Amino acid sequence: MILLWLIVIPLAGGAIAWYAGRFRTAWPRWISLITMLLMSWVSVNIWILHYASLKEMDLHGPWILEVRLSWIPQLGAGFHLGADGLSLIFVLLTAFLGLAAVASSWTEIRERVGFFYLNLLWILAGIIGVFLAIDLFLFYFFWELMLVPMYFLIALWGHENRRYAAFKFFIFTQAGGLLMLISILGLYFVHGKAAGDYSFDYPVLLGTSMSTGTEFWLMLGFFVAFAVKLPVVPVHNWLPDAHTEAPTAGSVVLAGLLLKTGAYGLIRFVVPLFPRASAEFAPAAMILAVIGIIYGAVTAFGQSDLKRLVAYTSVSHMGFVLLGVFVWSELALQGALMQIVCHGLATGALFIIVGALQERIHTRDMGRMSGLWEAAPRMAAAALFFALASLGLPGLGNFVGEFLVLLGAYKTSVAITVVAAAGIVGATVYSLWIVQRVFHGPNEQKWKIPDFSVREMAIMLAMMLSLIWLGIYPQPVFNTSKLAISNLKMIAAPGATTEDIRPAPETEKRLADKSISKTTPSKNLPSPLAKEGQITFLWQREDRRDFIIAYDLLSKSLGGLR
Amino acid sequence: MLEFLWLIPALPFAGSLVLAFAGRRLSRGGIAAFGVGSVGLSCITAFAVAAGFIGQAPPGHFYVQRLWAWLSVGGFTPEISLYLDALSLVMMLVVTFVGFLIHLYSSEFMIEEEGYGRFFAYMNLFVGSMLTLVLADNLLLLYLGWEGVGLCSYLLIGFWYKDPANGLAARKAFVVTRVGDTAMSIGLFLLFTNLGTLQIQELMRLATERWAVGSGLAVAAAALLLGGALGKSAQLPLQTWLPDAMAGPSPVSALIHAATMVTAGVYLIARTHVIFSLAPVVQEAVAVIGALTLLLAGFSALTQTDIKRVLAYSTISQIGYMFLALGVGAWSAAIFHFMTHAFFKALLFLGAGIVINALHDEHNMFKMGGLRSQVPVTFWTFLVGASSLSALPFVTAGFYSKDLILFETWASPAGSRWLWAAGLLGAFLTSLYTFRMVFVTFYGDAKMQVSRKPGAIMTVPVVILAVLSVLAGFLELPSSLGNVRIITSFLGSALPSETVSPGAAGAGTALMIVASAVSLAGIFAAYLLFFKKNLAADRLAGFVPGRMLHRLWFSGWGFDWLYDLLFVRPFFWFARSNKDDFSDLVYLGMIWLTGRFNNMLSVSQNGKVRFYAAGIAFGAVVVIAIAVFL
Amino acid sequence: MTASVNLDHALILAAALFTLGLLGVLARRNIIFILLSIEVMLNAAGLAFVVAGAKWGETDGQVMFIFILAMAAAEVSVGLALMLRMYHMLKTLDADAAGSMKG
Repeated sequence: MILLWLIVIPLAGGAIAWYAGRFRTAWPRWISLITMLLMSWVSVNIWILHYASLKEMDLHGPWILEVRLSWIPQLGAGFHLGADGLSLIFVLLTAFLGLAAVASSWTEIRERVGFFYLNLLWILAGIIGVFLAIDLFLFYFFWELMLVPMYFLIALWGHENRRYAAFKFFIFTQAGGLLMLISILGLYFVHGKAAGDYSFDYPVLLGTSMSTGTEFWLMLGFFVAFAVKLPVVPVHNWLPDAHTEAPTAGSVVLAGLLLKTGAYGLIRFVVPLFPRASAEFAPAAMILAVIGIIYGAVTAFGQSDLKRLVAYTSVSHMGFVLLGVFVWSELALQGALMQIVCHGLATGALFIIVGALQERIHTRDMGRMSGLWEAAPRMAAAALFFALASLGLPGLGNFVGEFLVLLGAYKTSVAITVVAAAGIVGATVYSLWIVQRVFHGPNEQKWKIPDFSVREMAIMLAMMLSLIWLGIYPQPVFNTSKLAISNLKMIAAPGATTEDIRPAPETEKRLADKSISKTTPSKNLPSPLAKEGQITFLWQREDRRDFIIAYDLLSKSLGGLR
Repeated sequence: MLEFLWLIPALPFAGSLVLAFAGRRLSRGGIAAFGVGSVGLSCITAFAVAAGFIGQAPPGHFYVQRLWAWLSVGGFTPEISLYLDALSLVMMLVVTFVGFLIHLYSSEFMIEEEGYGRFFAYMNLFVGSMLTLVLADNLLLLYLGWEGVGLCSYLLIGFWYKDPANGLAARKAFVVTRVGDTAMSIGLFLLFTNLGTLQIQELMRLATERWAVGSGLAVAAAALLLGGALGKSAQLPLQTWLPDAMAGPSPVSALIHAATMVTAGVYLIARTHVIFSLAPVVQEAVAVIGALTLLLAGFSALTQTDIKRVLAYSTISQIGYMFLALGVGAWSAAIFHFMTHAFFKALLFLGAGIVINALHDEHNMFKMGGLRSQVPVTFWTFLVGASSLSALPFVTAGFYSKDLILFETWASPAGSRWLWAAGLLGAFLTSLYTFRMVFVTFYGDAKMQVSRKPGAIMTVPVVILAVLSVLAGFLELPSSLGNVRIITSFLGSALPSETVSPGAAGAGTALMIVASAVSLAGIFAAYLLFFKKNLAADRLAGFVPGRMLHRLWFSGWGFDWLYDLLFVRPFFWFARSNKDDFSDLVYLGMIWLTGRFNNMLSVSQNGKVRFYAAGIAFGAVVVIAIAVFL
Repeated sequence: MTASVNLDHALILAAALFTLGLLGVLARRNIIFILLSIEVMLNAAGLAFVVAGAKWGETDGQVMFIFILAMAAAEVSVGLALMLRMYHMLKTLDADAAGSMKG
């Protein structure tokens, strides 16, 4: 039930903040802060409690925590939440960046404060829901839930061109979302017809057999929705506008979390639900990823609006995520995950810095900034740090992410890796350009601005320390997601790349010890799908032991449903 | 003693952290204490560790210190661990010792600067990163140090950030080296994908086992690593950033852009020499690139007027020698030259710093002159450094290291007469431009007043370096002059010893005499042209081809112009013209189309009731017709 | 002798009336004439109902006609009220003048 709390806390906190906003403008801030602290506390607690067991293979099904409530049984839609290591990392990121978003808008928002925090917290609730929902109907519900408050956030508290940006954001994501809805329904009916069991439940839908054509089109529907969110280059156009016009907290949440829902969807749904189609589509997706990396980097350099520049860097960085997901090897997936987390931190921090700058000098035009190092050395040092993180300096987390993605991708395609690696040079160019244009050079405009306050510096320091930690000892994150990723990889093993990924030593040992005796007598109800041999084809390339693990896991998770 | 190895990089990192966070609250004295002290302690530790290593060599002549597992994903398990062997020991000692001297020097040199704390924070970070690079046990950690030094180079070139020109130079340095680094990172992908590890010794072992000499993968791996080395060590074709990097303070040029960072490429190639031995084509390319670079940079150095740019081109040229040595398989000779070069080039830069400082930040040699009597200590030490750089026979360290390289180039089976000739021509150029610099700067009439004389803290490091620039040479003497082999025999446990083709071994003495003669000839030519003020040089530069050649050399052979045309401008052009993101046009087009469609349809919405009625009637007729006839 | 009216004839008459009414609606600009023409169309439809009812021997047709009558009365009252308002606002009874809903 703790998972339910993760969604209820921000919903309730938002409502209370809104109500309190009628009395004092300061109250909603404190209430939101407390809400987010509570959220962080809960999610960190979950992490710590389950950290050890996340590595244990035979203690759990895929989910370390699960909530299952009856919702619309007639449709086969249930209120089904589940967390594994993968979703846990996203939840932790959400809690952390949510905290940063609340803290960074402390002084920026002065109108309708209560309503602002209502929207902010509800977005976060929707995002958490997206990361936890494992019923496709519920997933779609949360997917839309986070959209509406985000629209308000941009349209009400944004900058000059906010209406246009909010509209554009809404239409793009909505169009993508509707395509996904069609695909969800398609999958629902395809599965229902084949199995006679109409359900939106993700574990049930896994391994649905369908014709190649059907699978491809359904996959494409999901892919487009997530590609819009991620964003992938031809459908990225909402992002620069939305990021630029949103208030600081909005930009932080957009860049740090909303984009990640797309990445999460790709990892959780697109490849596992449609393994063959994804494998077939992977080369195209990887090419799109590389185009995104280069295009984002070059276009970012051309911008004169600082916030827009940072927004385009997201396009470039998310290209690495897309690449990692479609390479679908453990290295690349873990790299993509690391890139997701670190991009959230680094770009979030850059947006906070840009927001703080705009609050002080009332412009985002880089042509009017120069030599701010002199005026605000702490801010400048922080900006330098995050610019370096974003250009992939070793020792900081982003490097680990990019390096692992490229390392994984190299096995699949050398050409793609080489071009993507060239994107790192582009990242160097634009990151240094930010530092040069804004903080170096002479202070021509004679800016005299207050430097970062204690509150702002605390946010920055927290993010810096996290990035350094992820840069030199990222193993906790990898340990957390390791099992989840190997599960997903067993469900969907599209490429030939999987052959050389061996199970971790401890798994092998345990397998040798006991797993055979444990798994072969089918005490667990074998799922009808597995019995019909509909899943088995997915594991042709895996060796037998992997099959046994996967069978065990799946039958447990499916058995739990009955 | 060896277990204190981790302290050596950790101390400067710690110093850097302290200065970054508390630098504003510390007094100048406190900053200097932390900044210089951390490197000093690191240096003492390094010597203690070295004593331990030499006194009681660990089994296999290497020592590995595991700190912690960096990450472990899908069979990729790089560790944060340090590897000490003869090669990294020599590098470590030079880095900490020269680093310490330069820090000491800077504590006085930079005293009036606003960002005193920032400077030392960056410098300490640099020393820490450089030591990480040198001591890294695996290529990923080496890459961390590699990028770290690149970052510090960027930060310190742009230290005086208020001048946009410095920022440009800094960014150029970072971006150009990053091009090489990207090649190197692809090399790491290749190595890991094919050999399954990045641990250097393991890689070397597996490479010899699995790869045949000249096999495609070995060639590709070596070429990609070479890419990284070319960028960092400013070799052709990625050499363009180094002359501009002189925008940084002089101690920075001494430490980063002469003594240590720019030789990282040499270290990388020596460290991974097995892979290069497996790829003879690439190794040959290393030699050719080295020879070409040393010549091109030598010619460019001849024409410069900025004293630091002369030294910068000279550095490029000297690293060219090291590459030449690596290319012909004279691994230890390259490291020996690295060491002597670190001493005399750091000395020259520090001397140049004193001169520049003394003359109100004047960089142009031709506005200096007659400084001999005004800053005598600087003059004498500078002269020692210059002699060492020019390989003045028998008494300077530069002579012995360069002579060893020239000898190996001639005698090694991988060497050739052409490469040797190039090296010899380079030696002539070196003497010529070096003493051109000495004569123009220190002789002749004084054109400016000296405003600031170096204090003791600046003088001591310079004197120590001057002593080393002479004495370091006697660690390694050719067979005809006593046959001392301290360096090569010490490095023998980490690097393969030089092979000399039969028949060439006896040529040593003759070659040495030729090299000495060439070096002296260069000095004499400089004496004629720039001391005696023989007008031949001016006349030569006066002719049209001479003038054009002068311009070409002065601009560093036009590489900047070429890259500007090929890469920078197109990139800028595309980025600027795509500011509004042309892909947005697709969606704007959709909006436009929708609008047009709307306009077309709204024509029918004319507000005339009778028109609507007609529409209804017509529609009804059509529907009925369909119902009836279909 | 009882020259029974042929069903076809009656329907043709209804159709002709309807067409006349429709033409009136389309061709007249005066809104009163448009209203009159609508009445003609309604009656044509009513006639068709009655005839059809007679044909099948059912009273439904006549019931429908009474419905139509009631509706026509309501329609005329609303229509005339609208017409009065329109005349107040536009000072004309030209239907084409009321074109402010133009898209």
